[in-house]
Amino acid sequence: MTVPAAVEIIGVTKTFGELTAIEEMNAVIERGRLTGLVGPDGAGKTTLMRMMAALMAPSRGRIRVAGCDVVAEAAGVHQAAGYMPQRFGLYEDLSVIENLRLYASLRDIGEDGLDRTFERLLHFTRLEPFKARLAGRLSGGMKQKLGLACALMARPEVLLLDEPSVGVDPVSRRELWGMVQELSGEGMAVVWSTSYLDEAERCDSVLLLNEGKLEYAGPPRRLTARLAGRSFAVRGIEIDRRGALAETLELPDVRDGVIQGASIRAVLREGASPDALAAAVRSRGGVVETVAPRFEDAFIDLLGGGPGGRSAIAEKMDRVAASDEVAVSCRNLTKRFGSFVATDDVSFDVERGEIFGLLGPNGAGKSTTFKMLCGLLKPTSGEALVAGHDLRHAPGDAKLKLGYMAQKFSLYGLLSVRQNLEFFSGVYGLARKLRARRIDEMIETFELERYLGASPDALPLGYKQRLALACALMHRPPVLFLDEPTSGVDPITRREFWTHINAMVRRGVTVLVTTHFMDEAEYCDRVALMYRARVIALDSPDGLKAGTATPDLPEPTMEEAFISLVEAADEEARAAA
Amino acid sequence: MITRLTAQIVKEILSYLRDPKSRMVLIGPPLVQLMVFSFAVTLEVDNVRVAVLDQDGGRWSHEFVQRLDAAGFVREILYVERPDDIVELIDRRKVLAALRFPADFSRDVAAQRPAAAQVILDGRRANSSQVALGYLNQIAGDIGIALARARGTEPPEIVVRHWFNPNLIYQWFVVPSLSGTLAMLIALLVTSLSIARERELGTFDQLLVSPARPIEIIIGKTVPALVIGTVLASVMISAGVFVFSIPFTGSVALLLGGVMLFILSVVGIGLTVSSVSRTQQQAILGTFSAAVPLVLLSGFVTPVENMPGWLQIIAQANPLTHYLIIVRSSFLKGGPPADILAAAWPMAVIALVTLSAAIVIVKRNLE
Repeated sequence: MTVPAAVEIIGVTKTFGELTAIEEMNAVIERGRLTGLVGPDGAGKTTLMRMMAALMAPSRGRIRVAGCDVVAEAAGVHQAAGYMPQRFGLYEDLSVIENLRLYASLRDIGEDGLDRTFERLLHFTRLEPFKARLAGRLSGGMKQKLGLACALMARPEVLLLDEPSVGVDPVSRRELWGMVQELSGEGMAVVWSTSYLDEAERCDSVLLLNEGKLEYAGPPRRLTARLAGRSFAVRGIEIDRRGALAETLELPDVRDGVIQGASIRAVLREGASPDALAAAVRSRGGVVETVAPRFEDAFIDLLGGGPGGRSAIAEKMDRVAASDEVAVSCRNLTKRFGSFVATDDVSFDVERGEIFGLLGPNGAGKSTTFKMLCGLLKPTSGEALVAGHDLRHAPGDAKLKLGYMAQKFSLYGLLSVRQNLEFFSGVYGLARKLRARRIDEMIETFELERYLGASPDALPLGYKQRLALACALMHRPPVLFLDEPTSGVDPITRREFWTHINAMVRRGVTVLVTTHFMDEAEYCDRVALMYRARVIALDSPDGLKAGTATPDLPEPTMEEAFISLVEAADEEARAAA
Repeated sequence: MITRLTAQIVKEILSYLRDPKSRMVLIGPPLVQLMVFSFAVTLEVDNVRVAVLDQDGGRWSHEFVQRLDAAGFVREILYVERPDDIVELIDRRKVLAALRFPADFSRDVAAQRPAAAQVILDGRRANSSQVALGYLNQIAGDIGIALARARGTEPPEIVVRHWFNPNLIYQWFVVPSLSGTLAMLIALLVTSLSIARERELGTFDQLLVSPARPIEIIIGKTVPALVIGTVLASVMISAGVFVFSIPFTGSVALLLGGVMLFILSVVGIGLTVSSVSRTQQQAILGTFSAAVPLVLLSGFVTPVENMPGWLQIIAQANPLTHYLIIVRSSFLKGGPPADILAAAWPMAVIALVTLSAAIVIVKRNLE
């Protein structure tokens, strides 16, 4: 008798009213493997997860988990599958062990050997030292580990993890990953959904979803292998790598391109020769090299390539007048909330026309620093200046120099798209004629025409982001503050967004950005890495990577550099204590 | 500055009125409530059942019972035989009051001695039984007058006249008060949600980094709420005049001024609540804990003069207290300007204090 596959998905469609979340999907998920469920936000990952966990019935088709039908035998599925939703329902006022105990009784797990099970899980998740700590006081990574422990309690055959790495810093992410790999080694089928493509690359097998359709199923390496000989790096660019990228992206042979520190990474059309690329970058001193393709290259290629390199909005902007003044600066900036120090003695300067990145794990203090810089929080001590002004006391015209785009795309959902544009142009005091012209420009460059009457809440994520950017740029600010501007946005929209930012920087705009995407840090001229309220490193992306290179790891990625810097800081703290 | 302010006012009005559903929520319920409450909130006692135990059976007990039967407030008279029946009827809430005429009632009346009848009232319904007792006393008085006339002596005539509302029509009293109470609740709710909602959505940060100053933000939120509250109150006042035919004897201009000051002070309270609320949920809880005392301590149900001294002082900080004086006076009393002014300035003070508090709190947010 053959053991049934861990999950069989047969002709599944799921619709919500007009919207089709999953369309005609067929797939098999094997035991003993780590399967990545990959795709941009809104691709249907969570819908599929919930259907596999028997929390939602497919509109058409069938799903069998460990041989049980998710509709007819939901109870069997609940027995066989462990499910960890995006936000695991932990009781913040209970301790770690109390949460485990509560979960065990909710799942009707007998008292027999329960203590041994807890011991095993706590050991496995390395949460033993925190047994008595309240769940509400755990870090993001520890919360996820506790959620994982709960999902593992009933010894499931299939483990479903919905975006377990969101909001988890790279160090914890790596730990979590190691645990899950161990489990799949023991024969468990693990499904890990993610929008991080570097994670997808490390899975045994991936299901690539886009707009509800299964675009690819199989080992990531096989997809990446299709791109062999099409990925190139342009190194040694001496002047204006952003300009070089913009020109590169306009070449007909180029499918995709991003900035990586001082270099450019480009993917060519199938069968194209790199000669045109080499010719285009030669004047800037660029040298083209073949590099190994990565999963992200294949992903973008599969979705039809990245956007072009021109930014209509930046072309309409005037150059920011040259001046020597420092765009943004902070001196010994400190913020305390009670006894908690959120930002501790932070100092740095951001030059005009620079992209400056604030990087760090959750809770490291980057948002607090950011808020103090744009005048939303009062520092406990030290000062934060934008174009020479402390924005908290600055008159209105100083605030006109600042554009701000918040993490959650803070737009007015009760107003239409056009009314939002009108509001933001009005609140920045643009005169009537200018206002009408700017709004028309924004509608045209960001292709908002067909959404004008809709509420921003109803827009696809990519358009929401465009609208937020349009609103932030309405008054043409010379300094732009972006707080995690691309979180939850798919890689193609993310590229388009950076095309605009790059083009604006070339016109002299200064950009300060916080991000947790390591590949986004590569767009920055300089990066300040924050950890435990302090800046532990400040350098160019290439400088950071070079600084952490070891004989074992001669060319670390941004994430590896990040992890080793954080670990070094931990070590130092331990040595000091 | 004008451009910035206009943009904010337009934004605020749109966020109240763009969506047909929220438009309905804003306008529908208060008007429906006005119609329903103006019939439900009545202090009159009507449709009463009275038990009568007539151990006398003489002329004067009959006279009394007949007058009672004819009285407007009585629906039915239940005749009983034994005192125990009265206990039972009151106990089971069959009657509000019971009358017992002792055997010598008519004899005492005929002999021109003071005659006594017993009235038993249901104390569980204290208010209604008090009113019913008043009616019964009036009947007894009427009989006394008739008696005196019959004997040829002219009785001392007592004529009661209720000024301003001669027939004591309760709607005359309730509808104008409701116009204030309902408009207050709506104005309080929309303003208390406004800052908290922006904070929850993150748009408040977006506003704070813009050139808009805290005072502009508060003005931008005050003006639309003021317009909505004033329109709502005016519609309800008009309903009082045209639907309920309540005589309006005061000055429209003075009342309108009073309405606007009143709504302004309520908006100030709402914005203060909103500026300290982190979430919309907190704002709603804050509104409830403010709204209940505002209504109860306003003189809407119980006169402020009947409250203990310290509560009377607190009631002075309540805009509704002052508005009720203005609106009642404007409807029934001719609204003398001196009265209106005396009630208007405390509202102006409340508005000034609360709106400044809201501005200061928003400013403090930046620190």
